[in-house]
Amino acid sequence: MLLAYHEQKHQDTHVRPERFLSKFCVSQTVPSQQSASAPGSLAALCRDAVPSPVASGARAGPAQGPLAAQSHHAVRGRSDIISTVEFNYSGDLLATGDKGGRVVIFQREQENKSRPHSRGEYNVYSTFQSHEPEFDYLKSLEIEEKINKIRWLPQQNAAHFLLSTNDKTIKLWKISERDKRAEGYNLKDEDGRLRDPFRITALRVPILKPMDLMVEASPRRIFANAHTYHINSISVNSDHETYLSADDLRINLWHLEITDRSFNIVDIKPVNMEELTEVITAAEFHPHQCNVFVYSSSKGTIRLCDMRSSALCDRHAKFFEEPEDPSSRSFFSEIISSISDVKFSHSGRYMMTRDYLSVKVWDLNMESRPVETHQVHEYLRSKLCSLYENDCIFDKFECCWSGSDSAIMTGSYNNFFRMFDRNTRRDVTLEASRENSKPRASLKPRKVCTGGKRKKDEISVDSLDFNKKILHTAWHPAENIIAVAATNNLYIFQDKVN
Amino acid sequence: MHGLMDPLHPPHLYVLFHKYAYHAQQFEGTMFARGLKRKSAEDGEDVEGGLAGTQATPSYSLQRQSLLDMSLVKLQLCHMLVEPNLCRSVLIANTVRQIQEEMTQDGTWRVVAPQAAGRAPLDRLVSTEILCRSVREQEGEHPAPDGGGRMPGLVPGLSAVPSAQALRSPQSSLWEVDSSRENRGGFQKSLDQIFETLESKTPGSVEELFSDVDSSYYDLDAVLTGMVGSTQPGHGSGLQAFTSAATPPPGSSCRSDLGELDHAVEILVET
Repeated sequence: MLLAYHEQKHQDTHVRPERFLSKFCVSQTVPSQQSASAPGSLAALCRDAVPSPVASGARAGPAQGPLAAQSHHAVRGRSDIISTVEFNYSGDLLATGDKGGRVVIFQREQENKSRPHSRGEYNVYSTFQSHEPEFDYLKSLEIEEKINKIRWLPQQNAAHFLLSTNDKTIKLWKISERDKRAEGYNLKDEDGRLRDPFRITALRVPILKPMDLMVEASPRRIFANAHTYHINSISVNSDHETYLSADDLRINLWHLEITDRSFNIVDIKPVNMEELTEVITAAEFHPHQCNVFVYSSSKGTIRLCDMRSSALCDRHAKFFEEPEDPSSRSFFSEIISSISDVKFSHSGRYMMTRDYLSVKVWDLNMESRPVETHQVHEYLRSKLCSLYENDCIFDKFECCWSGSDSAIMTGSYNNFFRMFDRNTRRDVTLEASRENSKPRASLKPRKVCTGGKRKKDEISVDSLDFNKKILHTAWHPAENIIAVAATNNLYIFQDKVN
Repeated sequence: MHGLMDPLHPPHLYVLFHKYAYHAQQFEGTMFARGLKRKSAEDGEDVEGGLAGTQATPSYSLQRQSLLDMSLVKLQLCHMLVEPNLCRSVLIANTVRQIQEEMTQDGTWRVVAPQAAGRAPLDRLVSTEILCRSVREQEGEHPAPDGGGRMPGLVPGLSAVPSAQALRSPQSSLWEVDSSRENRGGFQKSLDQIFETLESKTPGSVEELFSDVDSSYYDLDAVLTGMVGSTQPGHGSGLQAFTSAATPPPGSSCRSDLGELDHAVEILVET
């Protein structure tokens, strides 16, 4: 997957403050929502002076191309941990959700003749508080505001819509721009005070005048109270009217316009909860067939369901499971087979699953085994007991396809992420970190040394930082631009074209 | 302490090694050991209780036991959190079941049938029949006072708890015996918590619960910190009553050396 080069001058990518601030006047119509942070604090979300602009000159190795780095750094604490990353359908917008319930949307710079090198940079477009912490009084439990997933709706008009969800509630947000305002009201003064009707002697028609661009986010629908367990996935259907939401035991089908009803389409809750041995871990609609969806389980199986067959899709149409390799069986076999993410390819012909140590590509027509298996960090297999002890074995990594389905990407530890080219069968390990990206240098491939003599620049397994995990990555739908979330930093890497 | 049920020389051990030798690879490179050293049954279990950092190579059964203990602790911890992660709980519970099944096949797991039928709801924790553990290779050793690299210990089942109630959830009892002074403070505090919970559930049976403690359990610094801070009465979590056996298991295979027991009980009762 040979990413080409794209030169960028770092200086040009600094955001001009005045333009920046004008984009940040976020307003929300729901009174209980927190008002948007002051522009001053939002400025912190913007790119820092990142010391790693892209290198010019051809430095690509054969197996990988250098990537131009653009990173956005949040400066606050744990609530800034990014919990989801998603490009919209055109790739012009990139949304991130964090542990504090906030959504930050980045927009790609338009091509600009006067600043030719700035094309492709993502700047903060909108920030809003999507979810707040709640308290469930009946159970005496707090409901986290962490955004588990964001999914964009296809754009149908000038506004953008996305769904964001925490453990219990899904919200449909509308993000719209306002760059005109009306002037010359009859009943209001320019500063908004009401005029005394008796004082009005003449009528005029208000005129629309341009104003500084304002981006507003407002919640249009709130889909609540449909999930007893924690929502792990949402997926918009190809009919653009319905979507599904999945928790540990159930999957519900919603209509975007209707918030007080949802249809339960999968329910794997046993009558006797003590008999529970398997949960739903992820679910997704087929990209083209609006009646088909898949869901993965903690036992490493994927079930494909057809909604035409019955209202309750408890019986699958297809069942995907790879037979276990008896020679590698251990007490941890089941845990590491648990699927943390499932994604259809853009073509709709394949799907990809991520379990703890590998990504597998499945042909939808073959249920017996995957067509491809890529090892992400096989060197961890001998460390499973320690990883079980420190809970890392339960980390849920996501995976994503490139726009053309020719490459796949997933994250690992130590801020490493892996990319696999399905055509050339080559793979590369890269690191998302400021320290290791010298200015104007391309991303260097990394290697983990599994034993024996450690070569220079290699890192040994025992030196890996398991707190630095890359769980969320996203790939632009059309171009070779990737977004990588490393704890509370977002890195955007692009091809370099000569 | 004699005969077939001698915990120091369990008869199945030889079979165990050969049957499960390949499992050794799974434990390589872990915090436990660099590799599973094979021993013939005649050698006996000359392993120290120590784990990381020691020269001894624990047997597969010991490792399995430690894994079981760790899993039970994790299950218990789950319910200390605000809202337990169901997927994680289910995976850990399945692991516990796997271990239990294997131990049952080995005959190292004594299951007492009637009580086993009563299961706690999963919302608390997935229940498994954790009863008296009969194989304690580490019993020959005194609890290592060095305090380094200890694994969380757990005694889910006590054979002689006649007044204890029917089988509850597996993360039943949780405590540790720690003879090292540095952990004394946290340990005492946690024990208070333990006693508090226990007393509310099984009044009057506290002493009996501890009568069979295996003294080679270790402290749980981080675990207990989490425990002490927990406030989840709604789940009924914390320390449930101990599982019980309707009848004591055959022989005295569950009992440790009396001297060690006294020591352990002394520490516990001190609080």
